[in-house]
Amino acid sequence: MNKPATPNSFRTGPDEQGMFGIFGGRFVAETLMPLILDLERHWNEVKNDADFRAELTDLSTHYAGRPSKLYFAEGLTRHLREVSSAKGLGGGAKVYFKREDLNHTGSHKINNCLGQILLAKRMGKKRIIAETGAGQHGVAAATVAARFGFPCVVYMGATDVARQSPNVFRMKLLGAEVRPVTAGHGTLKDAMNEALRDWVTNVEDTYYLIGTAAGPHPYPELVRDFQSVIGIEARAQILEQEGRLPDTIIAAVGGGSNAIGLFHPFLDDKEVRIIGIEAGGRGLDGIEHCASMNAGAPGVLHGNRTYLLQNADGQIMDGHSISAGLDYPGVGPEHSWLRDSGRVDYVPILDDEALEAFKLTTRVEGIIPALESAHAIAHAVKIVPAMDKDQIVIVNLSGRGDKDVHTVASMLGMEI
Amino acid sequence: MATRIDRRMAKLKTEGRPALVTYFMGGDPDYDTSLSIMKALPKAGADIIELGMPFSDPMADGPAIQAAGLRALKGGQTLVKTLKMASDFRAGDNETPIVLMGYYNPIYIYGVDRFLKDAIASGIDGLIVVDLPPEMDEELCIPALKAGINFIRLATPTTDDKRLPKVLQNTSGFVYYVSMTGITGSALADTGKVAAAVKRIKGHTDLPVCVGFGVKTAEQARVIGANADGVVVGTAIVNAVANVLGPKGEKTADPAEAVATLVGGLAQGVRSARLAAAE
Repeated sequence: MNKPATPNSFRTGPDEQGMFGIFGGRFVAETLMPLILDLERHWNEVKNDADFRAELTDLSTHYAGRPSKLYFAEGLTRHLREVSSAKGLGGGAKVYFKREDLNHTGSHKINNCLGQILLAKRMGKKRIIAETGAGQHGVAAATVAARFGFPCVVYMGATDVARQSPNVFRMKLLGAEVRPVTAGHGTLKDAMNEALRDWVTNVEDTYYLIGTAAGPHPYPELVRDFQSVIGIEARAQILEQEGRLPDTIIAAVGGGSNAIGLFHPFLDDKEVRIIGIEAGGRGLDGIEHCASMNAGAPGVLHGNRTYLLQNADGQIMDGHSISAGLDYPGVGPEHSWLRDSGRVDYVPILDDEALEAFKLTTRVEGIIPALESAHAIAHAVKIVPAMDKDQIVIVNLSGRGDKDVHTVASMLGMEI
Repeated sequence: MATRIDRRMAKLKTEGRPALVTYFMGGDPDYDTSLSIMKALPKAGADIIELGMPFSDPMADGPAIQAAGLRALKGGQTLVKTLKMASDFRAGDNETPIVLMGYYNPIYIYGVDRFLKDAIASGIDGLIVVDLPPEMDEELCIPALKAGINFIRLATPTTDDKRLPKVLQNTSGFVYYVSMTGITGSALADTGKVAAAVKRIKGHTDLPVCVGFGVKTAEQARVIGANADGVVVGTAIVNAVANVLGPKGEKTADPAEAVATLVGGLAQGVRSARLAAAE
């Protein structure tokens, strides 16, 4: 791709058509177009509305537990300094974790769900639908639906239903109906297709609560704005705790909502290096990965143009990742734009590397990270030993890993 | 510049009957069988052919067309082969209009300019691209119109009077009215409401209005055709193919013959539509 000219600010997108450069847009069936325009109208009304903001802040504080802490990961820092010394480098930056794992429901997903449920309420909608991969977004959506008294249907690939049964049970306890999707490989992509089919059928009363910063405009923008609380807090917290901005910030990218939430408030801080981590799966040589920005090409799926894993005929491929939350063949459109503009570096981390980081963090920090977050930590493990001791790295710990212990146990050949 | 679609619609108008528009999935279950189905359609009474381009993620389609698309992809169908199918068909029929129907990504990956050039060379007359609403007209609609290919837009029950002019603005050939909010293959909507919607759209345009989504039987084709300029049948045809395939995809009867039998009945339906309306 041609590299776009460097803009004055990286924080002004999308444009009025919902585009980030060539990415984003509104590639949906006509039936959905009036609904998306209606959503955009309401979103433009509430985004600067003081009452809406106050209600969201109150819920974020007292219901979700915000602000999440910025934690100096002393155990991991010490470990990586030992690694650095053993290599004769004598360095090792300070590592901080942004603790989204401590939020209600155990991940950053609640930030977006609280914002969107308030929007659905304002729009007078009566029914919530959502798609989910690992079940983290499904649980968060079912949670806010329970809290606000909406019936909720969650579409989940049949493969994911089988491998994430604890989250399926949680959603059911919360009163949601979980509909397994058998089409395709039965993963997140197929769940999203089925949610769109539901929406196109139930246009009058249904609100589609998308879980990531992707889909047709205005979803990528509104999900980003609801998740930007992560970066806004982290930026203020590091200034307070260290008196300066970090050198590097890192987050894992599936659809990319936790990453864009952390990155966006830092985009115009030119001295801050920003790194997004894609699921490298079993390696980028084959097809068993989800590194759409490293090994895919721009295309159109699920309402937006973005980097996609696809074949030469434009058919979308099923990716692979050890982490169900990263198991998606696309990525939010703003990430695609940030990639092409060069502001953010996107690099892959393999299944094995994520698994090692998962084990390491559990051992030296007493924190079990989500496998998604373990991808981001794994990259910190790679780069921190070569950095100076007075440098600072923030890693987004987007969720807790309790949901992943079955997956990890089976990877390690253990029975639980 | 009049296309085959314009000419065919004008001819049917003088005959005083609606068009039978038939959708089938290109490459389902394999190239040769699918081409034989395509060739059988006009002989059985189809007036316009919609040639489905398979896509891995058809978000507006129900289970029947999803499955047909997967069968076609498994059978090795690609956009290159779908264009070749149109071209092979054209060798024996230079009159029946062909409309390519599907999703944008395969076209985008093929390259819009190259696609339009090859589509014209293959005898394609129109395009229906489900995920390109008027807001994205610069992508393909405008280039297609410049190249002389009709861009047929979907209008739906959610397209209100305020929005209709925007939807109709760059539409040509005909307007495809989607009879209900939903995916292909769902139950037919209230036919009274459909008739009212067709009348509403005709208040905004001189283009023919064809109605699709949910029409499966000759009787439904007759009732819908009483008020519309055309009736689109897709899922029923795709099902006729699926019904003669065994569990491993082997043919248990001739799919082209199964489709021809169905389409023959539908053709009777549209031919009696206006007689019924006059009663």
